[in-house]
Amino acid sequence: MSNPQTLFDYLIRLGDNSLILGQRLAEWSGHAPILEEELALANIGLDLIGQARMLLTYAGEVEGKGRDEDRLAYHRDSSDWRNLLLVEQPNGDFAKTMARQFFFDHFQYLQYEALSRSTDERLAGIAAKSLKEISYHRRHSSDWVIRLGDGTKESHDRMQKAIEELWGFLPEMFDMDAVDDAMLAAGIGDDVASLRDEFDMAIEKVLREATLDRPEDSWSVRGSREGRHSEHLGYLLAEMQFLQRAYPDAKW
Amino acid sequence: MKDVRDELPLFEVFIRAKNGLDHRHVGSLHASDAEMALTSARDVYTRRSEGVSIWVVKSTDITASSPDDKGEFFDPNDDKMYRHPTFYNLPDEVGHM
Repeated sequence: MSNPQTLFDYLIRLGDNSLILGQRLAEWSGHAPILEEELALANIGLDLIGQARMLLTYAGEVEGKGRDEDRLAYHRDSSDWRNLLLVEQPNGDFAKTMARQFFFDHFQYLQYEALSRSTDERLAGIAAKSLKEISYHRRHSSDWVIRLGDGTKESHDRMQKAIEELWGFLPEMFDMDAVDDAMLAAGIGDDVASLRDEFDMAIEKVLREATLDRPEDSWSVRGSREGRHSEHLGYLLAEMQFLQRAYPDAKW
Repeated sequence: MKDVRDELPLFEVFIRAKNGLDHRHVGSLHASDAEMALTSARDVYTRRSEGVSIWVVKSTDITASSPDDKGEFFDPNDDKMYRHPTFYNLPDEVGHM
């Protein structure tokens, strides 16, 4: 049996990715370029928040200190969050939102495919259940990258700019630290470093079809596994956690 | 600003609620191409498990009868009761037909 604290750390990384990206997508509500996309973004956001609920609930039980999903979602400061830097990046224009989604969907698909074979049955179940949703998310975002990249000059330029602005956030996704190593050794976690080649192949296939150039690997940022985030997370949390901060333990 | 609505063609959406039933027209939506129409239809019209299959077709590809033709198209059939299979005696066991 692995150390509960290590499993907790691992689970909140997964749950935080889903929750923060779900919150970002929710920000599009009322602002999407067309009604059809308004619904699509909200659906995808809700899928992600659903994953986060399962993962944070499980994390709270593993930790055994009485923290439930809401406690973990609404009563943690930014340095306690473990989501990837990629998912907290602001929505920007529609191309940037789609580029962020495209990178995360492809990564999450590979990660959850591996996690669906986890020896931790509960985690494997959550991953397997989520995989169908993620397949759809991946198709949706890939279609948009192609449509915008291979669209007009304006949409092509915006899409190219978006992938360049986010490119340096990708290396962090494939880092392995002590928590990842311990979970891998226990048969619970997956080896994200080993997913990079498959990820690159999938991404590059779409970028080619979209007539987009793969950016140079000229910069990268890291830090989310130690709780070092970009300034954007604080603003996101201020909005998401406002009610529970202003009126602690308020109930519906 | 140009209205995006002017640029995206209209698609009609047909959903089959379950196997064995026919696809039924449920509404329409705007999309840049058929693939996008299909994924949008999934998000707009099946998010509460309404369907197992989706068809989309460009609205402009549908040829429709004109309301002006109503008289010549449909009225002549109103007095041809013999075309309805109402003159057969059905055994009770058949039930609703």
